[in-house]
Amino acid sequence: MLIKKPSDIPASEITPESIYLARRDFMRGSIATGLLGAASLSSQNLMADPSYSAAEAVNKGPEWLNTQIARAKADTQKLTESLTPFEHVTGHNNFYEFGYDKTDPAKYSKRFKPDPWQVEIAGQVAKPGKYNLEDLLKGIDLEERVYRLRCVEAWSMVIPWVGFSLASLLKKFEPNSNAKYVSFVTLKDSRQFPAQAGSLSTIDWPYREALRIDEAMHPLTILAVGLYGKTLPNQNGAPLRLVVPWKYGFKSIKSIVKIEFTDRQPKTTWSQIAPSEYGFYANVNPQVDHPRWSQAHERRLPSSLFSPNVIPTQMFNGYADQVSNLYTGLDLRKFY
Amino acid sequence: MPVMWRRALLFCASLIPVIFISFGAATNQLGADPAKAIVLFTGTWAFYFLLITLSVSPLKRLANQSWLMVHRRMLGLFTLFYAVLHMLAYLIFILGLNFSIFGAELVKRPYILLTIPAVILLIVLGITSTKGMMRRLGKNWVKLHKSIYLIAILAWLHVLLQVRSSYADAVLFGVLTAGLLGIRCYWFFKKKSSISSSKP
Repeated sequence: MLIKKPSDIPASEITPESIYLARRDFMRGSIATGLLGAASLSSQNLMADPSYSAAEAVNKGPEWLNTQIARAKADTQKLTESLTPFEHVTGHNNFYEFGYDKTDPAKYSKRFKPDPWQVEIAGQVAKPGKYNLEDLLKGIDLEERVYRLRCVEAWSMVIPWVGFSLASLLKKFEPNSNAKYVSFVTLKDSRQFPAQAGSLSTIDWPYREALRIDEAMHPLTILAVGLYGKTLPNQNGAPLRLVVPWKYGFKSIKSIVKIEFTDRQPKTTWSQIAPSEYGFYANVNPQVDHPRWSQAHERRLPSSLFSPNVIPTQMFNGYADQVSNLYTGLDLRKFY
Repeated sequence: MPVMWRRALLFCASLIPVIFISFGAATNQLGADPAKAIVLFTGTWAFYFLLITLSVSPLKRLANQSWLMVHRRMLGLFTLFYAVLHMLAYLIFILGLNFSIFGAELVKRPYILLTIPAVILLIVLGITSTKGMMRRLGKNWVKLHKSIYLIAILAWLHVLLQVRSSYADAVLFGVLTAGLLGIRCYWFFKKKSSISSSKP
């Protein structure tokens, strides 16, 4: 199947409203393997999707944000793989600030307050400061991006994010020529993040992540404020999270309170916990195994019990055409 | 309570976890990754049964609760039962019985590799758990069944080597395993020293 680039698609072809191919796959139901099964063409409006009843539980979001999300442009580059149902996207999360179990974030994030929200901009920029989220999003056109998400634990999903290109935001602050890296910090507040008070964690809070400036400016890198056409649920990193689709999930930091431009490679949480296991780059790469397990395959969720949906992992999570030029001449085995 | 009743009751109680998780699977209540949930749950219960089995003789010695000795074999067999379920769940639900991936995983994941001797030993202990086998093996039976200590250490390593974000499980199982094995070491050396000191 030929996938057109957005630039090849005339504006007249762009669907004015978000249309999704959300098919509810029951655990016992046969699940079309994403890479082989072409997406069913019976598109339906999400609001009519039965799995959407779970949306009741998510944070409603402030009015201004809902309005902006409702106006988001649909993703024209539809993946052929089917979407992971809403209740799995919002019920199966690694968000250790809320607990270490995959179901903890949905359970323990109800008291989290994503509104009002401020983001501090710092470092090598002309316009540092603390900005209200609403002001950051002023004049930004949101769009839907359907991306694969590959967790370093070898499971994966396909998620329809709503967000905007990180580059469009970063440029507003006018980074100077010393800005070689961009670092991100998650909120630290044990009243809202109960697990930050725990003592047996390997993590030194707050959670930190970073990208090289060219990775941050890449058109595929987005900041998400919603998913499935709705405000981002707390357990998915409300109100603002990073999504870098060609890297392992832990790079896509949640609930961002600080963005800093630096001239040196910043320290990042996972590479501090276990430097031999989680590198700074963390590009999805089937040829470079995690020291404790293979990364050659992944389980695309939902996966039925008696025919697990095990698929081969793609180089750069299937985004090699767009991103491999970022790493020309870099030894990906050494810079994992 | 007569011993037969106690046996029946313990047998039914030991089946509760497997019934619980099967019900969860059948009714789609295990979330987005039911395979992982089942594997984790059965593995956790295998470890619990191992620890319960290992508590029987210290309880007899420390709290004078010797009635448990009668049930030790059943508890041990339930350890085997949950360990085998754990392994089958991994092979069927996670790998889809794809043995070429399994081979690669064995090489890549030391925490899986070290469970192979543990499972083999558990099966051997299960086979030799009958009264007839006890008779046939005589003194060697006790020696053979002491390998449960090695199995416990391997099981704990299996948990420890998987730690990513929290040490909670590794510490919990580690403390319990260390306690149960440590008290045996203590008794062993106490016995040795009392034997050697009683010599003229």
